[in-house]
Amino acid sequence: MLDTTRFNTRRRQRRPGAWLHLKGRHVGAWAFALNRLAGLGLVLYLILHLFVLSLLAKGPRAWDDFVALAKSPLILPLDVILLAGILYHGLNGVRIALIGVGIGVRQHKTMFWTLMVIVAVLLAVGTWGFITV
Amino acid sequence: MTEKNVQFKVFRYKQGDTAPHYDTFTVTVNERTTVLDALEAIRRDQDGTLTFRHSCHHASCGTCGMRVNGKEVLACVTNVMELGTPEVVVEPLQNAPIISDLVVDMGGFYETFSQAHLPLIRESEYLPESDVAEGVPFHMRLESCLECGLCLSACPVVGTDPEYLGPATLAAVWRVVQEPRGEDPEALLAWVDSEQGCWRCHAAMECTEVCPSNVDPGGAIMALRGELTRRKIGHLLGQG
Repeated sequence: MLDTTRFNTRRRQRRPGAWLHLKGRHVGAWAFALNRLAGLGLVLYLILHLFVLSLLAKGPRAWDDFVALAKSPLILPLDVILLAGILYHGLNGVRIALIGVGIGVRQHKTMFWTLMVIVAVLLAVGTWGFITV
Repeated sequence: MTEKNVQFKVFRYKQGDTAPHYDTFTVTVNERTTVLDALEAIRRDQDGTLTFRHSCHHASCGTCGMRVNGKEVLACVTNVMELGTPEVVVEPLQNAPIISDLVVDMGGFYETFSQAHLPLIRESEYLPESDVAEGVPFHMRLESCLECGLCLSACPVVGTDPEYLGPATLAAVWRVVQEPRGEDPEALLAWVDSEQGCWRCHAAMECTEVCPSNVDPGGAIMALRGELTRRKIGHLLGQG
């Protein structure tokens, strides 16, 4: 069944989810959507981080319990996802800032893929660090 | 000439319908058949109620902008066989209210676009003896932009924020800034230096990807931002 909800059948309709309609779109739209998702994820992480820090106020026991949980292998994938989000959002943000003032606009795709290679390398190094340290 | 039957799944909506739906038509096409040719064949031979806009048939007027297989194109220059799909899905442009089937209301776009006052007509291009037509406020020549609206349909920001000025209008403003020809670029720069102006763009660059006339609206928006940034920095340094 084809999706007909993305078409406006009345005037001045706002479609909050329009940025996620990526079928047939190009790398710029995918980069934008991924950047926004990573940003939302980082905001959620920040809230979670503040909650975790609040455990300090509950005494050493609560904090030690959390540290033990954080060291568990089950948490490792979440650390990797967090690092991926930070790297992607940060480096893609540099790209957006540059082209946003007219620098490298025509090379924006090349810049994107170059930065993605850097993200992949740094993510691999970081993951190795999570596993071994 | 090779012929084959292709199925066209066409978006349908009439005022008063509770929801849009799709109708499927089979059309015999050859190597030269465009999507617009196929739509005309459907209307002529199968369903006279199918509505769509078109005029020039050669990518000059910009009226047959629509989505074919999920991508914004001019139907008149989109070859059916080159699409390479057994079924061709034809839909109206996104981000504009649907009037009927594949026809969307471009009024909002024209209203905003005309405020850019793109006066790209040289004095030598005026016929001195000609008057501006009744109801037309001033002579306009739109240079490369066809006003097809493909960029508006493809832009993810226009989809989420109908108040955004949009890529075509911002590109027109940049042309005026580049080459004012009697217009006031300062007023236009002040207009686009706003939340719903060039700063609303998220640099997805879909507008540039789909533009059939190489206007590069995304590049123009970034150029506007660069110009405004330079001016603001200059102002901060006391040079403005």
